[in-house]
Amino acid sequence: MAVIKLKRPKLSWYEHLYLPAIIKGLLITFKHAVISVFGKATGSKELASSGLGVTMQYPEQKWDEHLPEYYRGIPALVTDEQGRERCVSCQLCEFICPPKAITIAPGELKSDDEWAKVEKAPKAFDIDMIRCIYCGMCEEVCPEQAIFLRQDYAMTGTTRAEMVNDKDRLYQLGGVREGLINKWNEVK
Amino acid sequence: MDWVPLIITGIKVFFFTFVVILPLIAYSTYAERRVCAIMQDRVGPNRVGIPLTLLGFKKDLSFFGLLQPLADGLKGLFKQDLTPGHVRKSFYWMAPALTAIPAFITVCVIPFGSNVNLFGHDVKLVIADIGAGPLFVFAIASLSVYGITLAGWSSNSKYPFFGGVRSCAQMISYEISLGLSIIPVLMVFGKLNLTDIVTHQSEKGWLLLPLWNEHGSIFSGDYWAHCGPQWLLLLPLGISFIVFTTSIFAETNRMPFDLPECETELVGGYHTEYSSMKFALFFMGEYAAMIVGSAVIVTIFFGGWSLGFGLDSALLQTGEGAWKWFAGFIHLGVFLAKTIGFIIFFIWVRWTVPRLRYDQLMKLGWVVFFELALFNIFIAALIIAAPHIGPLLTLFVGVPILLALAAIMYFITKSVESKHKVNIT
Ligand code: SF4
Ligand code: SF4
Repeated sequence: MAVIKLKRPKLSWYEHLYLPAIIKGLLITFKHAVISVFGKATGSKELASSGLGVTMQYPEQKWDEHLPEYYRGIPALVTDEQGRERCVSCQLCEFICPPKAITIAPGELKSDDEWAKVEKAPKAFDIDMIRCIYCGMCEEVCPEQAIFLRQDYAMTGTTRAEMVNDKDRLYQLGGVREGLINKWNEVK
Repeated sequence: MDWVPLIITGIKVFFFTFVVILPLIAYSTYAERRVCAIMQDRVGPNRVGIPLTLLGFKKDLSFFGLLQPLADGLKGLFKQDLTPGHVRKSFYWMAPALTAIPAFITVCVIPFGSNVNLFGHDVKLVIADIGAGPLFVFAIASLSVYGITLAGWSSNSKYPFFGGVRSCAQMISYEISLGLSIIPVLMVFGKLNLTDIVTHQSEKGWLLLPLWNEHGSIFSGDYWAHCGPQWLLLLPLGISFIVFTTSIFAETNRMPFDLPECETELVGGYHTEYSSMKFALFFMGEYAAMIVGSAVIVTIFFGGWSLGFGLDSALLQTGEGAWKWFAGFIHLGVFLAKTIGFIIFFIWVRWTVPRLRYDQLMKLGWVVFFELALFNIFIAALIIAAPHIGPLLTLFVGVPILLALAAIMYFITKSVESKHKVNIT
């Protein structure tokens, strides 16, 4: 690697005084203060600021309409058009989940179900949202496209138990997802 | 024995420390956070208020977060007070008090206003009206270096120790320019009592704003006939002001000079090992020092509690009784307004100027400010002496001596500098 020798720039006497530079700096910060008080700070429009600086005041204002399509929020299970559970409790997501947030108890479909001998379904399916890191691995690995990361991000609870999403809650969150399964036909 | 003066002094002590200075400290921490936030296009703490939702109401009252200092204080009190096992206990416990107490003691010589009539007594709005005002402030304020140094040393851990050593060296270096820079000011006033200094300024114009004197203000012709020396003195006094203010910044460990505290190099600084209220005491001491510093600057350079333009004498003399009773409070308000303005200036500078490297800091203190303050004394002396010794002597003896001094100082600093120049190639 070539060695590049840098020379310190020679300062003129005016720059040596140092005081004019400080005054210039003070004016810059003052300008910023004035601009941000009047809600005109650079980028405040795009960032939907609350009118002071560029900050959005969170619980009152939300970012929802700006969320990108690929935003990774709460993972949830989905059913297909016929109301069947898509998840076949293969447990791939359970194994891949980096923080081990998912716990699945595999089970069989009811014997009167048309697909009883063909597929399985989870008996219980818990995602511990305290552990989940919203990585999206579960969505990526699922062969049945049964689990998706939704756009919701505000999940709160006052106890640890409240923060665990069980199967009912996961289906309620996920709802119905139309479209064929990737295995046979890419969703585009 | 007459008890009344004692009681009045007690009231004054209580009023100035608990009603004026402590809330000012609390709210300057709040102002610091809000002002820095808006300078950085942020919002800052704006939530803490009265939590009415806890009582079943629909909305909280936030008051722009004005109760934030209260919440901070409560948090400080309720946090675990941890004393690490490896510290020197007695010094460790003493250090926070040693930084906070001197800052509070210096409040006692600051004139907060003119006189107020209380229970038939004419009460001066200053706790101790002593004849050595600024010197007393310097003497006591410099004691707080012990607190910081002891904190660093007694923590028995290397990073706080570095912080303490840095602070010690820094404060000692800047004390010299602090003391020297004020000498021209004292030569102009010819006295050391801060109350007299303020009275002098209210009659003859603030030091840095000589817009009036005893002959009238800028609007009357008499003023222009007599204002020559006042404007000439602005040169040394301006230098004094810059050196003094910068040294106060250094003395209070404020931003461009906050090397004793440093997250990146020293984990925290001299207070790394401190927690809860002891830690908060260091902060209170720092902010109290800042407030007293701005109060001293205002008192010396910007006329303290005086309104200026000859309005003060009108306030103090016109009315017998009621009007005069108000005057003290008007002056108190003026003084507080000026001081708060200066506190905001301190905050403004903190969030503007990047900090100095340690060698730059030392160079600024010893090579630039020390010489500048010393030279400044001679400039002021010549200007003050000129009318007495006549123009001939001034021009042909005074000015050459001044120039020679300047040249000598310049060469001394240059030679000192070149000896220590590191060859970076
Ligand atoms: S969600 Fe997908 S990966 Fe997880 S068990 Fe069900 S089918 Fe398998
Ligand atoms: S998003 Fe990641 S962490 Fe969360 S459940 Fe899915 S795999 Fe586990």
